[in-house]
Amino acid sequence: MSSVIAPYRPQSAPEPAPVSQLDVNYLNASYGVKSWLLTTDHKRIALLYLVSLSLMFIIGGLAATLIRLNLLTPTGSLVTADTYNKLFSAHGIIMVFFFLVPVVPSVLGNFCLPLMIGARDLAFPRLNLASWYVYMTGAALILWVIFSGGVDTGWTFYTPFSSKASHTDVVPALVAIVFAGFSSIFTGLNFIVSVHRLRAPGMTWFRLPLFVWSLYATSVIMLLATPVLAAVLILVGVERLWGIGIFDPALDGDPLLFQHLFWFYSHPAVYIMILPGMGIISEVITCFSRKNIFGYKFVAFASVGIAVLSFLVWAHHMFVAGQSAYSALIFSLLSYLVGVPSAIKVFNWTATLYKGSVTFHTPMLFALGFIGLFTFGGLTGLMLAALGLNVHVHDTYFVIAHFHFIMVGGMVMAYMAGLHYWWPKITGRLYPEMWGRVAAMIIFIGFILTFIPQFVLGYQGMVRRSHVYDPQFQVLNVLSTAGASILAVGYALPLTYLIYSLFRGKKAGPNPWSATGLEWQTPSPPPTHNFAVQPVVDCGPYEYSLQSAELGADVHGN
Amino acid sequence: MFAQMSFLPEQASAVAGKVDALFLFLLALTGAVALGVTVLIIGFAIRYRRRPGAEPATPRIMGSTWMEVLWSTVPMVIFVGIFVWGAQIYLTMAQPPDDALEIYVVGKQWMWKIQHPQGQREINELHVPLGRPVKLTLTSEDVIHDFFVPAFRTKIDVLPGRYEHVWFQPTKTGRYRIYCAQYCGTNHSGMKGYVDVMEPADFDAWLNNRAEGSLALEGRKLFLKLQCITCHSANSRAKAPVLENLYGQMVSLRGGQAVLADDNYLRESILAPQAKVVLGWEPIMPTFQGQLDEEDLIKLIAFIKSLGPGQTPVRTEDAEPPIAPSIPTSPLLLPPGNALPNSESSPTIRQTPAVPSYTLPRGAVEKAGPP
Repeated sequence: MSSVIAPYRPQSAPEPAPVSQLDVNYLNASYGVKSWLLTTDHKRIALLYLVSLSLMFIIGGLAATLIRLNLLTPTGSLVTADTYNKLFSAHGIIMVFFFLVPVVPSVLGNFCLPLMIGARDLAFPRLNLASWYVYMTGAALILWVIFSGGVDTGWTFYTPFSSKASHTDVVPALVAIVFAGFSSIFTGLNFIVSVHRLRAPGMTWFRLPLFVWSLYATSVIMLLATPVLAAVLILVGVERLWGIGIFDPALDGDPLLFQHLFWFYSHPAVYIMILPGMGIISEVITCFSRKNIFGYKFVAFASVGIAVLSFLVWAHHMFVAGQSAYSALIFSLLSYLVGVPSAIKVFNWTATLYKGSVTFHTPMLFALGFIGLFTFGGLTGLMLAALGLNVHVHDTYFVIAHFHFIMVGGMVMAYMAGLHYWWPKITGRLYPEMWGRVAAMIIFIGFILTFIPQFVLGYQGMVRRSHVYDPQFQVLNVLSTAGASILAVGYALPLTYLIYSLFRGKKAGPNPWSATGLEWQTPSPPPTHNFAVQPVVDCGPYEYSLQSAELGADVHGN
Repeated sequence: MFAQMSFLPEQASAVAGKVDALFLFLLALTGAVALGVTVLIIGFAIRYRRRPGAEPATPRIMGSTWMEVLWSTVPMVIFVGIFVWGAQIYLTMAQPPDDALEIYVVGKQWMWKIQHPQGQREINELHVPLGRPVKLTLTSEDVIHDFFVPAFRTKIDVLPGRYEHVWFQPTKTGRYRIYCAQYCGTNHSGMKGYVDVMEPADFDAWLNNRAEGSLALEGRKLFLKLQCITCHSANSRAKAPVLENLYGQMVSLRGGQAVLADDNYLRESILAPQAKVVLGWEPIMPTFQGQLDEEDLIKLIAFIKSLGPGQTPVRTEDAEPPIAPSIPTSPLLLPPGNALPNSESSPTIRQTPAVPSYTLPRGAVEKAGPP
């Protein structure tokens, strides 16, 4: 354990801690179940989230597997119609509310944000722990609902189906999601306050890593949009339990009111899912091309711009729902506006590679895959925002493919990039690089094979949430299922070799990527209080060219 | 077989070609941009890969404002162009031509019920003539459905409690799938049917073969049976406004507002009469919520829409029935115990006109005289 801190510390000056202290880290500082369940250490809470969210991802993935298997034949030979409806509802609810929304903020954000701003912990450590308990309450409740009979409303809970017609356990499912929402609110609040109050000396706003900027923008959305989701879901419950007319026209309610309120949260939620992913990409691209990010301020403000505009586009989910043509025009135009900051980010990442010194480690492969898939997903969003075209493809597999490109091709790829990038910091161990690269390639190829056929299916008219379909759609459905089986292998690989690396992985050392961020200036795994000495920051977050100039050829750790 | 394998679905409506043109343009644009970004990324990654033994020194490039401005404004301009193109098609879809054939559609879990103005009813089949614009007025009996015909590139959510409209102009005879695109419960994916596009002559033959009472006539029966006529009569003692020529007019309301008398207004006025009270009248009308199903409502509204000047039925049953010439005689039965003055129990209709101003229904005579 003689690892030394990388000699170049452009933005921090912690003195190398004595070796005796380095042996004590947040993982071995204390033992026992209680020391984990009552911890207020952001790093341990991140690991609690990592385990819980991985479990939810596996359950949601199993539902997806059954969905794809059922769609192998046009007649839906695997499960009954009701079971199928419960499967896609479970898949959507788990993946959106219990995986994609919390995953990057709660796991990687929780672990990295205090380290990246040079703080000892988040502003409210106990609130952080409470957020995990609130999340777990919701998760336990939704799993109970799903395994005790299921819910068949889809993750969108459209009224009056959810408030009147469905015969399943809708209300407990709503309550579970409200719990998950409050967990988001806690996390968002904690992040905002931490970024404002706990930055290290010299860590100005424009020296913040872009991952922190994106988490900040995400937190603003979480804080402002999630209460609306809680309100609308509670209103559905009120109507369902007591027959108080809010959304059901038979009770003088308005079903479109539900859709407006639901999408007022759920569209910004798309950006809750993708913004932190974008932040990860900015970290990874710069590190593995040894370059400053191209256009730091534009990328940072693009995150803020997306956060603001994301609140103004919700009704583009309702172009055929019966809103007025004028409101459709306004929301279509605003939807194009939100495309601009996303385009800015893609161009800046591409330009960052220019004249870099590019290596292809696993995080970089995932990040490059992200840019490709996210770009394609975003471009198909331009098609969906075009009013006349939206009418045809709305509620078809075209939409399914589009948002899976953003959420899975984008967000899950970014999460994988981040997980591999920070894995040595989190665990102190290196994952097997060769297997990582293989997994990245398999996931990319499997993803393309799964979802490209769905674009074609959608344009040809296959509607979403179909338990059975017309025979002419079978060829493409079989292709999609075949792709999904490759994708499943791709996701199973990291699960296996990451766990393996916990026991057999090589010791990582404090900074295996020779990265510049503050989190790399402390041992891996970090000590409980992150830094032995308060770091001081005196330059921007991505000064790779200065570092290279100073260190010469010895810089890379591999 | 080959058509099934083609990339684009069949085009069978006037708007389908326009939608596909926009789609193919965006596909080309998307493809070009995606290809460009991919080539740049792969190109940069290979060109600037770290070579073994080489120094990893990189230049300190912080960004370029003019490039940022360029790649923000160029997409913006392109986006606005796409927006305008898409909006034009959407606005075309939103405005049915005045001469469109009107057909009513009621969705329920899990079937489509179709009512033609001439009285034909079908389930999960919709017969329409080739070449003529068709306007559908749609509502749902239970949850939200969505009427989707891929070959026509049209889709509209079908909501309970209100009317939505969609229109299309078929350009090819044939049978085209109707799907429900909005998830609506157990058998959602089985809620489908066909649009049958027929040659106009065949369509006329089909209409005549399957004639029942027209919607307006059925609505007139309801109008009498429910005793709407008691108040909405055309004489000076009427307690409610005359409904002649009402459809499509602006109506002044108590409180100074005005509202367009469209299907949704008529529907609301029947089910929730107190919601919008016409200026100068008392809010005395009872609600008919629960007494009428969706199909009855469509009949009543069809009748009110058809009411021309002087066509309000008289309150006495001495009146001659306004039977459309093309429709076989259908005896108008007044319910027993109706409140009409001078009521008799005769099931047949007297043929003597009791009121001089009475005129035949629309289509029978040019114009009614003033009452």
